[in-house]
Amino acid sequence: MFDQAVVKMIGNGILETLYMTLTSTFIAYIIGLPLGVALVVTDKDGIHPIRWLNSILNVIVNILRSIPFLILMIFVTPLTRAIIGTSLGPTATIVPLVIGSAPFIARLVESSIKEIDKGVIEAAQSMGAKPMQIIWKVLLPEARPSILVGAAIAVTTILSYSAMAGIIGGRGLGDIAIRYGYYRYENGIMFVTVALLVIIVQVLQEVGMMVARKNDKRRK
Amino acid sequence: MYYGIRGDDGISTPETIVSLRNLTKTFPTADGAGFTALHDISLDIRKGEIFGIIGMSGAGKSTLVRCINYLERPTSGTVLFQGRDLSKLSMPELLRVRQSIGMIFQQFNLLMQRTALQNVCFPLEIAGVEKKARIRRAEELLELVGLADKRNSYPSQLSGGQCQRVAIARALATSPQVLLCDEATSALDPSTTRGVLALIREINEKLGITVIIITHEMAVIEEICQRVAIIDAGRIAEVGPVSDIFTHPKSDAARRLVLPPGERVEEFMGGRRCRIVFDGRSAFEPVISNLVLEFRHPVNILYANTKEIDGKAVGQMIIALPEDDHLAERMLGSMRAQGLSVEEVTGDV
Repeated sequence: MFDQAVVKMIGNGILETLYMTLTSTFIAYIIGLPLGVALVVTDKDGIHPIRWLNSILNVIVNILRSIPFLILMIFVTPLTRAIIGTSLGPTATIVPLVIGSAPFIARLVESSIKEIDKGVIEAAQSMGAKPMQIIWKVLLPEARPSILVGAAIAVTTILSYSAMAGIIGGRGLGDIAIRYGYYRYENGIMFVTVALLVIIVQVLQEVGMMVARKNDKRRK
Repeated sequence: MYYGIRGDDGISTPETIVSLRNLTKTFPTADGAGFTALHDISLDIRKGEIFGIIGMSGAGKSTLVRCINYLERPTSGTVLFQGRDLSKLSMPELLRVRQSIGMIFQQFNLLMQRTALQNVCFPLEIAGVEKKARIRRAEELLELVGLADKRNSYPSQLSGGQCQRVAIARALATSPQVLLCDEATSALDPSTTRGVLALIREINEKLGITVIIITHEMAVIEEICQRVAIIDAGRIAEVGPVSDIFTHPKSDAARRLVLPPGERVEEFMGGRRCRIVFDGRSAFEPVISNLVLEFRHPVNILYANTKEIDGKAVGQMIIALPEDDHLAERMLGSMRAQGLSVEEVTGDV
């Protein structure tokens, strides 16, 4: 059962899964991080309230968050084809992964920033800091450890989403588990892939938490 | 000594640095009625003085201090800083003015992810000071507040008193004209409080910075303020030199603060009572002993204390007067004849 071809397939699966997960997380943060900051800053109690913009952002985030990932993945297929040229394979899977996780990341970032003591922001304002200076010098650095904890959560969530993408031919470990385990009843291969997924999640989670702890100056 | 600018003698006209004119602040409430935190407040704060604003919690002190640097915009009225009306400034101008008004807080509000040195550098970064210059300035300030050896410590590694010293250094970084202290010692224990207050006084004397202190503790006012405003339910109840307010409180709010709850003489004592105020001179006379010897009638002391206010020893005592009105009048007369400040008090003093 575990001949060279299978081992190679599983090896490729690991690489594809990591590629999808890490690339998607990176791109999703490029969108989700500013979006999360914007959600806090434009809030009515924020440092630069813009009511209409805040309402629009909240609606978009809420709508995307309420669509189950499996459905969203199929729903955005035309968009994926338009951007990547195909809807199959790990690169194509990145599109729904980013769309599905960016709003989630925005909420994680938003809650991290909201943990900052209001007094610290007020102190910066009392020194004559502009909103942009407050974002770069207060909000992001002070929330950094919490944002990193959020990233550890986000990366594992995206990994599990990427496994779901196996259903529509997204490749990676999820795809192998579904094809061999579900369609062909090859339980051995399914067991190995599931174990690998668990190990990858654990490693990413631990590394993320460690980086977050190293970055936190609050308790030492 | 710069004490020359105190006093209401009219000989020297002290320069006003912050002037509040008919300030009112109303916050919107759910029922639409609005909550008025400040009613028609007018105050002049003189250049170089340490001015106290005292009141019970909820009296509007914090709102008032935030109006001075426009962190809160007053609903009506004007704030003049060095003669400039803050409401007429553009946002960039207002941000620049804030750089000349330092502020410290009850909870210190330091950046937790920055070292002490980096915290002091922070306002200089905002002001656009070049990196080398700002590190030099920050080192100088940490030296001034006595924390040169803690430059690389994070706030979580410092005690409350040390954090407040870093916050003071940070507030001074941009060489402000005014330092606002919002309950700056309320989170500290009494001995740390004394140290921080001594530092504030030192800064006031050395650098000539005007200090405005918001507090609910009379002890803080007595310790370092020259003049004080008493704020009660959003209005100014009384303003004047601390020693005057302490010896002759006119408003109920002032009396409550001078004789804080717990030390207050209770109603059940009944009868007539009088309050005697001693200044440095009369404190040496055995006033009560003399009274007892002269009238051969026991005198009951209900309350007494002595404090040093603005460098002068001031004491006060509340005694019960005899039931016999005639004898009571004679006792009052005798004390007045000795040049003591005596007044009859009623109610809960």
